[in-house]
Amino acid sequence: MTTSSEDVLLQIPQVRFKKGDGTLFLMDQRLIWMVENKATVAVSHLYADIKSQKISPEGKAKIQLQVVLHNGVSSTFHFTNKMGLQSQLEDRDKVKEMLQTLLPKFKRKVDRELEEKNKLLSSNPALLQLYKDLVMTEVVTSEEFWNQHAVKYTQKQKQQPQEIGVSGAFLADIKPQTDGCNGLKYNITPDIIECIFKTYPAVKKKYLDNVPAKLSESQFWTKFFQSHYFHRDRKYAESKDIFTECGKMDDQEMKRDIQKGVDDPLVNITEFEDKTLDEGYGTSVEKVTINTGTVSQAMIKRFNQHSIMVLKANKNKAGDLNNQNSVDNKSNSKESNGMIGSNKESTIDEPVKKKQRIKEKITYDDLDSNDNNKNKSSVQLNLSKVERYLHGPMPDTISEHINPNEGSSILRQVFQEAKQWNVGQTRHSSHSLLSPAAAVGALGELSPGGALMRGFQEQSLAPGQEEKALKMHEALNRYHTARLKPFEDKLIRELSPLSHHLTKHLNQLLNAAYQKFGNWQKLKNR
Amino acid sequence: MKLSVDGLIVYFPYDYIYPEQYAYMCELKKAIDAKGHCLLEMPSGTGKTTTLLSLVVAYMLDRPMDVRKLIYCSRTVPEIEKVMEELKKLLDYYETMDGVYPRLTGLVLSSRKNLCIHPEVSKEKEGKIIDGRCHALTASYVRERYNIDDTVPICQYFEGFALDGKESTLPHGVYSLDDLKQYGRDRNWCPYFMARFSIIHAQIVVYSYHYLLDPKIADVVSKELTKESIVIFDEAHNIDNVCIDSMSVKINRRVIEKSTANLQILEKTVAGIREDDQKKLQQEYQRMVEGLREAAVSRETDVLLSNPVLPDEILQEAVPGNIRNAEHFVSFLKRFVEYLKTRLRVQHVIQESPAGFLKDIQSKVCIERKPLRFCAERLASLLRTLEISDLTDFSPIILITHLATLVSTYTKGFTIIVEPFDDKTPTVSNPILHFSCLDSSIAIKPVFDRFQTVVITSGTLSPLDMYPKILNFHPVIMSSFTMTLARPCLLPMIVSKGNDQVAISSKFESREDNAVIRNYGQLLVEIAANVPDGIVCFFTSYMYLEFVVASWYDQGVIDSLQRYKLLFIETQDSAETSFALMYYIKACESGRGAVLLSVARGKVSEGVDFDHHLGRCVLMFGIPYVYTQSRILKARLDYLRDQFQIRENDFLTFDAMRHAAQCVGRAIRGKTDYGIMVFADKRFSRADKRSKLPKWIQEHLRDSLCNLSTEEAVQIAKRWLRQMAQPFTREDQLGVSLLTLEQLQSLEAKKQQEMNEEEELTLPDNH
Repeated sequence: MTTSSEDVLLQIPQVRFKKGDGTLFLMDQRLIWMVENKATVAVSHLYADIKSQKISPEGKAKIQLQVVLHNGVSSTFHFTNKMGLQSQLEDRDKVKEMLQTLLPKFKRKVDRELEEKNKLLSSNPALLQLYKDLVMTEVVTSEEFWNQHAVKYTQKQKQQPQEIGVSGAFLADIKPQTDGCNGLKYNITPDIIECIFKTYPAVKKKYLDNVPAKLSESQFWTKFFQSHYFHRDRKYAESKDIFTECGKMDDQEMKRDIQKGVDDPLVNITEFEDKTLDEGYGTSVEKVTINTGTVSQAMIKRFNQHSIMVLKANKNKAGDLNNQNSVDNKSNSKESNGMIGSNKESTIDEPVKKKQRIKEKITYDDLDSNDNNKNKSSVQLNLSKVERYLHGPMPDTISEHINPNEGSSILRQVFQEAKQWNVGQTRHSSHSLLSPAAAVGALGELSPGGALMRGFQEQSLAPGQEEKALKMHEALNRYHTARLKPFEDKLIRELSPLSHHLTKHLNQLLNAAYQKFGNWQKLKNR
Repeated sequence: MKLSVDGLIVYFPYDYIYPEQYAYMCELKKAIDAKGHCLLEMPSGTGKTTTLLSLVVAYMLDRPMDVRKLIYCSRTVPEIEKVMEELKKLLDYYETMDGVYPRLTGLVLSSRKNLCIHPEVSKEKEGKIIDGRCHALTASYVRERYNIDDTVPICQYFEGFALDGKESTLPHGVYSLDDLKQYGRDRNWCPYFMARFSIIHAQIVVYSYHYLLDPKIADVVSKELTKESIVIFDEAHNIDNVCIDSMSVKINRRVIEKSTANLQILEKTVAGIREDDQKKLQQEYQRMVEGLREAAVSRETDVLLSNPVLPDEILQEAVPGNIRNAEHFVSFLKRFVEYLKTRLRVQHVIQESPAGFLKDIQSKVCIERKPLRFCAERLASLLRTLEISDLTDFSPIILITHLATLVSTYTKGFTIIVEPFDDKTPTVSNPILHFSCLDSSIAIKPVFDRFQTVVITSGTLSPLDMYPKILNFHPVIMSSFTMTLARPCLLPMIVSKGNDQVAISSKFESREDNAVIRNYGQLLVEIAANVPDGIVCFFTSYMYLEFVVASWYDQGVIDSLQRYKLLFIETQDSAETSFALMYYIKACESGRGAVLLSVARGKVSEGVDFDHHLGRCVLMFGIPYVYTQSRILKARLDYLRDQFQIRENDFLTFDAMRHAAQCVGRAIRGKTDYGIMVFADKRFSRADKRSKLPKWIQEHLRDSLCNLSTEEAVQIAKRWLRQMAQPFTREDQLGVSLLTLEQLQSLEAKKQQEMNEEEELTLPDNH
């Protein structure tokens, strides 16, 4: 079935696909595989369809190459050159290199965009529904939809995903197991390793220095588990291993930070006392000269250090951008202003911040009237998955203890109430009730109208974009005729008493929009 | 709002008011009207400061002849700065309401360390060094020398102030530390001396306790303040300790060695001057003969705050002959120091009264009482004459002269204890001579005597009747206010046993019991798993904290704690603790939540607020009794029993409970805040402990919350937290715990009516 116009770029015999032996051909447009001794093409992938290729890791018995297509399907080829492993590898690498040069040429940009949109729709059910309601019914064009209604979502996509912090207990989670012969076995996962590296940069440095040049990876971690990092009650100064230096580095870092001081005046205990008693006055027992000698003191220090470093670990990425900017600004201006300038700036900067902090502390929100409160911008909760926040896992179901007597009496009450409720209900005309399905349906029908309307309002706020306003107007009109009218008709037919109440609000809004549009046009025509 | 408190129009810088704030104002006004002292307890976080300031400022504006000055004393620098901000807000409110700024000046006075703007001196970190360097640049003889020789360094800011600052007064307004510095920088004036100078004219002065209670400082700074003043001691639950500390002295070997060195320098300088400038010493001698008459005259005319270190008697007399001469005085001091040295050479603990000490010193080295009394003054005069610029070097010998003056002046209320070694390290010889004040009323007496109204207030002053006893004064008003609440925003609980029914307590016999520590740990872990954001724990002492943390580590409690929250621990190094605190706040703010282990009576418990999410739960592990084995404490207890009929146990419990309440009160600030208070010790549920908690905590501590196990406490906390998490709006509060002006007025009218009715009812009886 090969067309004669195609060129064969590469031909590799002895390639197995799905337990059948055959030959792999790389043509100029596509990749094909033919079963041995047959002229039929069993597998054929256009390069344009191929998303990526993967190869089996080194050291594996099977030498394989996998191509993954855009639609998620993948095909795996197994190289079985009889000449041995070496030539199998050579074969595979030839294909790999060839593909590497070929694939980028066929990469279509459009595809990626589509894929992204696809992903976005599938991950946001609300958006998907809107898409179905608006684009599939041709109320708005697809382009408009993506430009106006999905902006929020696409922007969210572009935002950096939230950094996952380091658990405070990552070391505690490593539980030793006895291996049966007087030894302990620690299990460590890549996640934990990453946590350790993030939290203790000094350890990471040691790791890079020593592994694999001086120590094997497992030796390194064995040493780690023997060190003070894992046994907080050990003093590193006494032991002589590679982590002694790390401990010193950590200490120095902390000392530097402490010397920088604490910028929050409400927390800086060293500055609390206005007039300390001179040495020799007072009854209090003289402060014991601080000897960090005891083990528990060292341990306490290490706990603090650990918590601080854990916090720092995930701030480093997110906060740094802001911090760095401000630091840069500061250092720049300092340099340009010279000594006096910098002095002034820092002293002026500081009181403002301090004042802010103190003011925050002295104001009572509930004593102030409302308008003052509103000035305060509240912090927006940035959730990547709203659903998870709203109905998150609830591990402990609360068991409220009710004694049997109470329980039965409550049950009786509920029964009674239910009966009464039924009786009362029959008095009303049951026509006024919607069936649940109809209610959900109505909601579904109406919600896109709301979304459209919002778009319209936003649009109408920005003058000058006439074209867009016109378009929006058209879309609203279309929506009105294509969806709302039939819906209303259906309503009148099926649930007569509700009909207009249900769509009243939407109609009002639509009319308001039309009016606005009309006014705007009038103004424009004048 | 503008409200009327018993006929006085008070501007309150908010639109709403808490009912207890209004009640507080009423009581305070009564005390000021009566020109007497008062003792007021109001829950922490109900806006004490702003209430106090509103009323007193209104009073001062209304009757400027009755009250001329407000002296507001607070404890820590952040507290002082908060007061300044509140004051600013109040006076700005006056301006917006009336259109004119009130004719008041408010300013803060602080140490040189917080006010210095000299480019080099202000860089120093330690307050004492700054004081010394400042003195070296600003002393009168330094400036005289500068007149002759330009190269002598002086402080341009001080010179600027001396040149034209003294003629002008500060414009009306409120000057915080930063404002003073800015004002000084703009005019090239020294903010410190400007503030010191201005407090005489300013109507409102805010500074730390020490400026009024420490006789050494009060004598320099506060002696000229007018009698028609209202003095407020805020956060005064610890005021007796401040008084005692300011009058107590302790001498160890190092002090003796250093003062011997000081004396040698003095001797040399005196000899040097004797050769160069005989006249100077002669002049000084003349002054001595004339005596301290000036001081006596001014005290008689009631211009000065009397100084308990400088008792009345010595003002009437001239300096005794045997120490008038500089050389004689130096050798006199030498003898005294030698004597002290011998006293430190002891093998066992000695306790004696000042009288016994004086008798002993007379028989051993022939030093009489009279010259001893003049020691402090005499040395000050000598140092002035010798033009010694750096006084910090001489602090050991100054300390010794203070001891001499105090020991010879007071025979009652003090004790002398010589300990050869520290109790914790009996093998290391480290003798200390404690000259300890036992009577907190001595230092504060001049304040009560001099000023018209002294207000002692705090969030935790219970039991109220203790303070008048130990401070020896008679308040005209004594009141404790509770918090009116629209929802139960504080949840005090006494956890007395763990899940395994083992009683938990920090009492001496069981505190190191593993079961108790394990149960403490379990309680904390359970709480940490269920309470959001910040949790603060207080231990009874630092040693106990260390011990418990070590045990928790072995028991795996720390590991399970870290699964829920990050762990921070107070250390004895305050810089390190500040740093840990900063990260504690960051952890709470980032939503991770954190646990802070801290110590009652420590700096964190006294000065840091854990409001809102920073402290959703406070745990008090054990009752924070003071270290009872201390001999100084025992002496004080004996004294209290003999003099004031206060039983030892009553005082110890009172002291422990005020600290517990202080710790626990850190978590609540305002009525929108909410917090759990867990008292984890069986003994808290006893009536004598419970009844000593402040009223505003007690009224929420129902009987059903007094004997809980860990599990029960956690269940209650869970339910309560869910309730607290519901939206809380102003409408919920209005009328109950928050009042508008109209509501306040109608309430007042109703009360008035009731009173009238009652009067009408009682009238017929009289007829």
